[in-house]
Amino acid sequence: MDIKSTKNYLYWLYCQFELITCSYLMEPWEKLLFYTFNITMLATVLYATYTFVPGHVSMAFQLLLRFFGNQHENTVSIVK
Amino acid sequence: QKNGVSNGTLYKKTFIEHFEQAPMYVAVLTFLGFGVGTVFGYLRDFMRAWGLEKRNVAAEREEQKDFVPLYQDFENFYTRNLYMRIRDNWNRPICSVPGPQFDLMERVTDDYNWTFRFTGRTIKNVINMGSYNYLGFAETDVNALKTVTIELQKYGTGICSTRQEMGTLDKHVELEKLVAKFLGVEDAMVFGMGFATNSMNIPALVGKGCLILSDELNHTSLVLGARLSGATIRIFKHNNMQSLETLLRDAIVYGQPRSRRAWRKIIILVEGIYSMEGSIVRLPELVTLKKKYKAYLYLDEAHSIGAVGATGRGVVEYFGMSPDDIDVLMGTFTKSFGAAGGYIAGKKDLVDFLRTHSHSAVYATSMCPPVAEQIIRAMKCLMGLDGTTQGLQRVRQLGKNTRYFRRRLHEMGFIIYGNDDSPVVPLLLYMPGKIGAFARRMLEKNIGVVVVGFPATPITESRARFCVSAAHTREMLDTVLNALDELGDFLHLKYSRYSKSSHPELYEETRLE
Repeated sequence: MDIKSTKNYLYWLYCQFELITCSYLMEPWEKLLFYTFNITMLATVLYATYTFVPGHVSMAFQLLLRFFGNQHENTVSIVK
Repeated sequence: QKNGVSNGTLYKKTFIEHFEQAPMYVAVLTFLGFGVGTVFGYLRDFMRAWGLEKRNVAAEREEQKDFVPLYQDFENFYTRNLYMRIRDNWNRPICSVPGPQFDLMERVTDDYNWTFRFTGRTIKNVINMGSYNYLGFAETDVNALKTVTIELQKYGTGICSTRQEMGTLDKHVELEKLVAKFLGVEDAMVFGMGFATNSMNIPALVGKGCLILSDELNHTSLVLGARLSGATIRIFKHNNMQSLETLLRDAIVYGQPRSRRAWRKIIILVEGIYSMEGSIVRLPELVTLKKKYKAYLYLDEAHSIGAVGATGRGVVEYFGMSPDDIDVLMGTFTKSFGAAGGYIAGKKDLVDFLRTHSHSAVYATSMCPPVAEQIIRAMKCLMGLDGTTQGLQRVRQLGKNTRYFRRRLHEMGFIIYGNDDSPVVPLLLYMPGKIGAFARRMLEKNIGVVVVGFPATPITESRARFCVSAAHTREMLDTVLNALDELGDFLHLKYSRYSKSSHPELYEETRLE
């Protein structure tokens, strides 16, 4: 039962996406083009997040520690 | 959002109008939708220009390619790329009388709305929420149309002449006397077409050297008449009396643009009920302003005559005012009387002037007799002169239906524009994708609605416009409301932040725990 209502909810969300971005009005080949573009962009963003965000966060953390307390520099070590 | 009563004694009952703004994300998503549509529009135009796709659009001939381009402006771009995709929701042919229910001809498209073909079947008994049939006089009942049939057999259908030549029949004289009596004025004149009444008579009343102050959202017929007259036109914000007063003061203080002479005439053009917003004009304040600054008032009661007021006599009666305060009363018979044509009523001098100087009187064919008889019988029914109380019952039924429909829609959580007493109910849809989806799904549920988008409305505020009728029964309205409830949940249209609970009947019983 839970699976069915989740599936209905996901279908409803998909319908909302279609309506908001006007892909409800598009012909099939236009929809294919639009979805390919969207999924490619989404995949690129997710890959970039996976690759770069942990590195950026740790570098930012390191910078923050340097500003806030020189006395902790010896005791805390950051594993890169 | 409620409008408070500003001049406490000016309005005899509370004037409540709603123009709720949707949350910000709705506007953002609407623009996103239009953006995607525009990008794909450019893509399709590119493909059409480079021959990758068959051209179905209007295009210039090869020899004209070096001239000024004809179809590059935004309006044509919009029509080609966005309107064409949802075109099947408009211009649907009907094949029965547009009463509370009607029959539609079924049509399908094979090439995404560029061409249509009729399958030959009809969709029967579609509930009609789009026709301007406010009092339900669009009927085929033989008893009701008895006098019309007699007149049809007596006079035929054609007049073949204009009013000033040989086109004035005794039917017209009878009708004009009846209209004058109905409205409580000295005299009236009727014309064959409602749009032409405005566009042909305003040029007769004003000319060069006069000033026209017209509401922002006036109908095209008023705008056309104003432009044809050659007078200077200034626009004031919709139903905003402060804006109008500023314009009036500037006009009187500064006069005409270059010569600084006084204006020959200042006329204010307003409508009784605005058909896209459902708002009612603020007549008491307007009349006070007009008297103070000595301007003339032209009131177009196309949608309000027959539809508001205790006995159906329009906004003048709705506000409890006297028709002597309004200089030119104009209205149409298309909406509440189930006929065609328009009238202008007022003082006898005004109407006599129009009989000689109006373009419509000189050149346009006059109203045909069966239509005049239909208006006479509808008006007699409304006034009670046919011996029954049917007219008053219709007006009361319309009021009840309007209040019920609006109250339920507010409770469900939709954003509705307009005054609580106006039978025109715009329901806001906002996003372009939802316009098509809404109209198509309502037709699948056997309900016919009118949806409107850009350019008739502002680009972010597309809407579905319902016209409540006295002929709708409670069951029909409940069917429509249930369908709207379902569709509102599916399409996520319930944006209102002020709604009460969506199912109040569940909470009305007392809890004995």
